[in-house]
Amino acid sequence: MTAPRSWLLIAVVAVILAALAAAPFLFPGVRAMDTAARICVFIVLAASYDLMLGYAGIVSFAHVMFFGMGAYGVALASVHLGREAPGLILGAGAGMAVAVVLAALIGLFSLRVRAIFFAMITLAVASAVAVLVSQLSGLTGGEDGLSFQIPRALSPSAAYLPDPLPGLDPAALPGVVFGDAPMESLFSEVRANGKLAAYYLVFASMLVLLALMRRLTVSPFGTVLQAIRENEFRAEAIGYRVVRYRIAVTCISAGIAALAGALYAVWLRYVGPDTVLGFPIMVDLLLMVVIGGMGTVWGAVIGVTLFMLARGYLQDLMAAAQGAVAADLPALAVLLEPDRWLMWLGLLFILSVYFFPAGIAGRLKSGR
Amino acid sequence: MLQGVDLDVPAGEVTMLLGRNGAGKTTTLRTIMGLWKLRQGRIGFAGQELGGMGPSAIARAGIGYVPEEMGIFGDLTVAENMRLGARTRRMRQDRIDWLTAAFPALGTFWHRPAGTLSGGQKQMLSLARVMVEPRQLYLIDEPTKGLAPAVVSVLVGALRQLKSEGATILMVEQNFAVAKALGQNAAVMDDGRTVWSGRMAELAGDAGLQDRLMGLHLEGHR
Repeated sequence: MTAPRSWLLIAVVAVILAALAAAPFLFPGVRAMDTAARICVFIVLAASYDLMLGYAGIVSFAHVMFFGMGAYGVALASVHLGREAPGLILGAGAGMAVAVVLAALIGLFSLRVRAIFFAMITLAVASAVAVLVSQLSGLTGGEDGLSFQIPRALSPSAAYLPDPLPGLDPAALPGVVFGDAPMESLFSEVRANGKLAAYYLVFASMLVLLALMRRLTVSPFGTVLQAIRENEFRAEAIGYRVVRYRIAVTCISAGIAALAGALYAVWLRYVGPDTVLGFPIMVDLLLMVVIGGMGTVWGAVIGVTLFMLARGYLQDLMAAAQGAVAADLPALAVLLEPDRWLMWLGLLFILSVYFFPAGIAGRLKSGR
Repeated sequence: MLQGVDLDVPAGEVTMLLGRNGAGKTTTLRTIMGLWKLRQGRIGFAGQELGGMGPSAIARAGIGYVPEEMGIFGDLTVAENMRLGARTRRMRQDRIDWLTAAFPALGTFWHRPAGTLSGGQKQMLSLARVMVEPRQLYLIDEPTKGLAPAVVSVLVGALRQLKSEGATILMVEQNFAVAKALGQNAAVMDDGRTVWSGRMAELAGDAGLQDRLMGLHLEGHR
């Protein structure tokens, strides 16, 4: 009686995680490393959101608010306690504690009744907190946000090795294979500085939190959550206190979202309402979870990676495609105008939801 | 709406709850389980009053419930469904061996999503989940309804084994042959009240009584 596994899903996730692990050495440049770090942070955020949405069937619009609490916790700690690590850890812990307490309060008041009330209350609370953060400019920097310093060991000025490390530049491969670019252009240099250390801090934290969430979902606790999602009355009749489980998962999810926010703040060295609290982030998060596949932690890995890459590189891809077809197919070239990237992004999402209603991970899991 | 039910379930015996459709049998089980709120009267169980308790508290008090509509979790595997039935979250291996011997299909499809099982297999799973650890009282609602005879005999076999353990069972059953084979006691309900209760042997041996209680002559009994 051994459990079957979806090797295709495992392979896709393994490739993504391996690419993220080697990102600074495989994809040179500040922009690529920034995209990889954002992917790591949003994998944690999306997976924690999926704990609620996909595993427990709880719709929340306050998840980004919890994310923002962790981010502001780090920022405020840096501003008031200094840039050193203990202060930032304290700030992240405080942000997480506030998120957990607020999640428990919202849950206690609204999870006893129908799920729609919880969704409405989270929407109201998230809007109120966003307004509050904008208004309390003395504390939070208001709309301008807060720029702050992080430990020197994580700042770009910290150098760990005198010589750069060797890296690869896959973008140069076509030029080497098909053109007459020199072989040396395949290699790049990676500076072993604090930025690289910050990236690996974000990456390692993502791995640890992802493993933790994976463990949680395959534990008896995760099984009960899925049972509640399917039929709460049935779960109650077997002996499970549905409200307690719902509140527990809401608190765990909020706590992990706050930690993701803390990592994001460390990476950006800036927090602002639009960056860590904005409602558009919540919409993006929903899309990432839906595209990746709900009810599987790996869905978050796939959904976030696709979303972030499409968002970051679709415009570049369209410019290249437009250049390629401009002479022969001028009508298509007009459609591929890089400024129309949002339209294509929307179209891609509609198609992915249409063809993969259970998400990409769901489709890979079923092996069809 | 249920009214005036007066039912006693002797410990260590199987009591069959009989009666025509709409008599209140399922409602009685659901009310005992706390799924429907008790407005009047009392439900006593092992010295406790169940009336004000919620379903989860009642389940934790030692009552196992098998609903009429194959209450399994289709998204979860057979193994996960079974694990949910174990209050300690750990299933005893001897119990698993016993259940997979009683219901071989469950062992075969152990890691399959329960939603992919046939109707009979789902009913087996629903019953096995509640049997995964001993309960003080089993409430079983029409386990054989709409199932093929071969599946019914598997279920009856498993219930016989449960009965031989000395389990206390209150079971709703429309199939009188099954009720007769398993029950030691019987209670007949009509219009929300118990109109007859006694030993199953007495009911099984009296065709006139059966006709009066479960035929079309219940009005004359009121």
